[in-house]
Amino acid sequence: MYDFTYHRPKSVADAVKLLKDKPEARAMSGGMTLIPTLKQRLARPSDVVDLGAVKELSGIKIEGANVVIGGMTKHADVATSADVKAAIPALAHLAGHIGDPQVRNRGTIGGSVANNDPAADYPGAVVALNATVTTNSRKIPADEFFKGLFETALADGELITSISFPKAEKAAYMKFPNPASRYAMVGVFVAKTASGVRVAVTGAGGCVFRVKAMEDALAKNFSSAAIKDINIPADGLNSDIHGSAEYRAHLVGVMARRAVDAANK
Amino acid sequence: MSISVAMTVNGKAVSGKVEARTLLVQFLREHLGMTGTHVGCDTSQCGACVVDVDGKSVKSCTILAVQAEGSKVITIEGLAESPDKLHPMQEAFRENHALQCGFCTPGMVMSAIDMVKRHNYQLDEATVRRELEGNLCRCTGYHNIVKAILAAAPAMKSAGV
Amino acid sequence: MTAATGIGARVLRTEDKRFLTGTGRYVDDLPLARATYAYFLRSPHAHAKIKKLDISAAAKMSGVVNIFTGKDLVDAKVGGLICGWVVKDKHGEPHKAPPHPVMAVDTVRYVGDTVAMVVANSYDEAKDAAEAIKVDYDVQPANIDLAKSFDKGAPQVHPEAPGNLIYDWEIGVKADVEAAFAKAAHVTKLDLINNRLIPNAMEPRAAAAEYDKGTGNYTLWSTSQNPHVLRLILSAFVLGIPEHKLRVVAPDVGGGFGSKIFCYADETMVCWAASRVGRPIKWTAERSESFQTDCHGRDHVTHAELALDKDGKFLALKVETIANMGAYLSTFSTAVPTYLYATLLAGQYTTPLIYANVKAALTHTAPVDAYRGAGRPEATFVVESIVSKAAAEMKIDPAELRRKNFIPSTAFPYQTPVALQYDSGNYPPIIDEAMKMADYKGFEARRAEAKSRGKLRGIGFSSYIEACGLAPSQVVGSLGAGVGQWESAQIKFNPTGNVQVMTGAHSHGQSHETTFAQIIHDKLGVPMDQIEIVHGDTATTPFGMGSYGSRSLAVGGSAIVKATEKIIAKGKKVAAHLMEAAVADVEFENGTFKVTGTDKNVPLAQVVFAAYVPHNYPLAEVEPGMDENAFYDPANFVYPAGTQICELEIDPDTGTTEIVNFTAIDDFGNIINPMIVEGQVHGGIVQGVGQALMEGAVYDKSTGQLISGSYMDYTMPRADNFPSFKLGYKVTPCPHNPLGVKGCGEAGAIASPAAVMNAVHNALAPVGVKHVEMPATPLNVWQSIKGAQRQAAE
Repeated sequence: MYDFTYHRPKSVADAVKLLKDKPEARAMSGGMTLIPTLKQRLARPSDVVDLGAVKELSGIKIEGANVVIGGMTKHADVATSADVKAAIPALAHLAGHIGDPQVRNRGTIGGSVANNDPAADYPGAVVALNATVTTNSRKIPADEFFKGLFETALADGELITSISFPKAEKAAYMKFPNPASRYAMVGVFVAKTASGVRVAVTGAGGCVFRVKAMEDALAKNFSSAAIKDINIPADGLNSDIHGSAEYRAHLVGVMARRAVDAANK
Repeated sequence: MSISVAMTVNGKAVSGKVEARTLLVQFLREHLGMTGTHVGCDTSQCGACVVDVDGKSVKSCTILAVQAEGSKVITIEGLAESPDKLHPMQEAFRENHALQCGFCTPGMVMSAIDMVKRHNYQLDEATVRRELEGNLCRCTGYHNIVKAILAAAPAMKSAGV
Repeated sequence: MTAATGIGARVLRTEDKRFLTGTGRYVDDLPLARATYAYFLRSPHAHAKIKKLDISAAAKMSGVVNIFTGKDLVDAKVGGLICGWVVKDKHGEPHKAPPHPVMAVDTVRYVGDTVAMVVANSYDEAKDAAEAIKVDYDVQPANIDLAKSFDKGAPQVHPEAPGNLIYDWEIGVKADVEAAFAKAAHVTKLDLINNRLIPNAMEPRAAAAEYDKGTGNYTLWSTSQNPHVLRLILSAFVLGIPEHKLRVVAPDVGGGFGSKIFCYADETMVCWAASRVGRPIKWTAERSESFQTDCHGRDHVTHAELALDKDGKFLALKVETIANMGAYLSTFSTAVPTYLYATLLAGQYTTPLIYANVKAALTHTAPVDAYRGAGRPEATFVVESIVSKAAAEMKIDPAELRRKNFIPSTAFPYQTPVALQYDSGNYPPIIDEAMKMADYKGFEARRAEAKSRGKLRGIGFSSYIEACGLAPSQVVGSLGAGVGQWESAQIKFNPTGNVQVMTGAHSHGQSHETTFAQIIHDKLGVPMDQIEIVHGDTATTPFGMGSYGSRSLAVGGSAIVKATEKIIAKGKKVAAHLMEAAVADVEFENGTFKVTGTDKNVPLAQVVFAAYVPHNYPLAEVEPGMDENAFYDPANFVYPAGTQICELEIDPDTGTTEIVNFTAIDDFGNIINPMIVEGQVHGGIVQGVGQALMEGAVYDKSTGQLISGSYMDYTMPRADNFPSFKLGYKVTPCPHNPLGVKGCGEAGAIASPAAVMNAVHNALAPVGVKHVEMPATPLNVWQSIKGAQRQAAE
């Protein structure tokens, strides 16, 4: 790891100021991605702004028909939250299957979503549930947030303060983990909410994406049979030693059907 | 950049000067000479470095020492009441031959204790196996580790730890 | 002895307390005052010429103490690393032996090859400086694809080995085998790959060294499985430090599995540089460094054919294998795919004729050497795969075909056609027990039930034999080994009656401190808490060969027994004197010397005290002291055998395999501590299943980059990949060692790949899949199913 200057601000405003003042600074939430990246010397920030002491960023609230989760809320807290379990059990289930217990104790929803790792789980939920990402300066709808491989709509120095998930009538997440890393090789989040049916796929491509054909079919008939003949083109999907693009395309179908079945249970 | 850091490790107040980049595991091993916590990988996966920070199980290779400022840290060295009175989890590992080379053991034991507590002392084999996702062992084939944890859960409950 | 603690008892481990309380002492844990830290710059290219290596900027960086390159070693006349086993090819010529410089001089030959060593005041500073070293590489084409290594035009790894061929070796008479094939009713043919594995002991390799200017003595702490052998190699071949001026200590070592047998560049450099730096040096591999530089295992491409008569009796077996050596010949690399592989091709069977041809190839990849089982898993996989395939082709039950060809229990000692003479065994009861425990009879019902859930269920056998307890020195010497393979023991009583037992074996998880103490307790009656087993330090233990090849108990334990016999013999003389009796009338039992037929007795502790305070003592006939050495050279290998049955379910939609039942019945001869033996089997099974379903070292075929270079990409078996295992034993004692023991350390890993893959093939047969290579990952299985479907559609 290269050395850096460490900051531990207590408020969002202070954190944002630090990030704006130091162009080479990086924000750190749980550090579950940043620290391994630094250890491998793949990044060399001048400053690290640790959000761990910013109390206002943590917590889970029910606001009307939405579950609002603070950006610094840990995966373990989402997984075990009675509110989340009651409102969107699929979201609690997803959080409970990110990484391992130690990662879940440190990793945060804001960090995961802001990082937008193609194999991360949360982006699937954000898109499928049509969540709204709130930052220190604005609200960003899910469909406009994820821009590409490790790319989001966040501007430099912009921090996720919370994410608001509309409650789902039915929802489920099915993940096929990479056998080695256990990250999502394919993860499919299927949700039926007030705004319709959404199918979001993570792990398979460079960035989370929706499967329109499945959404349309499920809108008419929310059953796995309705999507059994819908194939995803392999073009543009990720390919590595654990999963070819063709295999991933196939798994999207399998995981989507299993997610629908699970959502219907 | 040199930073002062202070925390409680196994009930004892400790402090030191570290770099911002110093990991908690480095602080424990190199600054405090507490070498019971091990490092087995560089991608935060093997779990040999697991310790307890403020009641949460964490990988001490993936947290900066400065992030543990003011925290209560418990390591493998802090579990046994005395050399002759092991923690029930340590005792269960011994009784079930859940360790061979001993290298993954500190992290395994720390994760196992956390697991038992989180599941309110009630575990089944499938849960134990799933919960060990973040701990690699190359010697035991996990068989006896699973047995040990299942045996330790009621023992911890009756010992009130 | 007391049943609770002696031979055969389930004794809890002595070593556990320190490991459980964080007070073990591994190499990286050593507190060395004024230590410096080493970081090694490794080659990022599989094959390149070093045009220029500039350390000037790096040398000026903060905290840098010294930087060494390959040229420094040339100037200092440091020798290269060695291969310690000379294999003669089929024409009687010794294998090609290209040089193996400790650090690259003008050429790098694999990603991870050592280029420079930076020594600094901290590890981070050393790493910072290494980044500032400028290396101008002229990248060359690399030979990565093993199967194409001998092709015309394949990039050449070393000029000393034209065509990348290290040796073309054979065993058996080809013409006889061909004649048998000509008469066969059925021939089963099989092409398979023994996939390349990365050992991954959880403790990364580490070294630390210190030089004492006053005495000129070096101390090297190393994560070694065999500190004396490491010292011998460093002294006699590499560094030229006189053996008595070099102390090698292997303290607590966190697993080895073979990967810590060998003499590596980094530990050599740490030792060599200690005197030049003038301060202690510490180095610990990062895990990604271990992936790149630990010797890898397996990596064979094999074609095999089995000839059978109409009743399924094996007539002959022929095997052709290309074995990957990597870019340099590691310490025992040449022996692994020859004498530890082809000699095992008889398996448990009476196959009368066997011919094997092995060609060893150089590639631009990390060196390949012994890894848990070393040659024997590869052989077992070939034999047990082709036997199961033959059974399926001939529609004979796989257990039945095995039974039909087992060496009968009356045939031991049994001379195989591939050099080994099996000493003992009784195979049919083993498979019977395994089938009972696995409920083989109920399998078809379970398969049908699984099918109703959309799962493909399969069952697979593996009846393995292995030769371990390495090894009779004269046998291995005649085959080219550069060292003897005996083991040593020293039993040193202290005047107060407690005892230190020095062994040349080394424990890095095997539990010697417990098992060996049980032997001492059993033979001498000393209480367990009065026994200390000392190992791993050339300064305190007699010269020993270390631990690998499941040898510690069969060879090292036997040496301890021999030493106890010497203690008893000497003790009898002293006791006779003390009891005023004739030596011939003295017997020893339960820690006490007695005069036969009387109630006169004297405990061992009293005899020991007399030996150290020889006031009333037969000094004219007996030396004072109670300290005996023994060396034991085995008469033969030992031959553990067993049958494993694996039952699994495949999800055809995803290709995922779940092991649902795993049974292993082993014959390890007599068992000293069943708890420890079971632990060895569990670990071995998981490593073997890892090979079958998960693990595979993957190099990019064109660039030679190690793609599976971390736990992000190399699948390590985890707890949730397995069910609990069912184990059992049958015992035929080894007839030629004093404990009647065989080895148990490698058996699990030797047998399980075939058990798993036979089950995979059994599960996939109904959907038309003919062959799946290891590792049978979900992707691999799914593609195989897809392929079969496409073929069926055509």
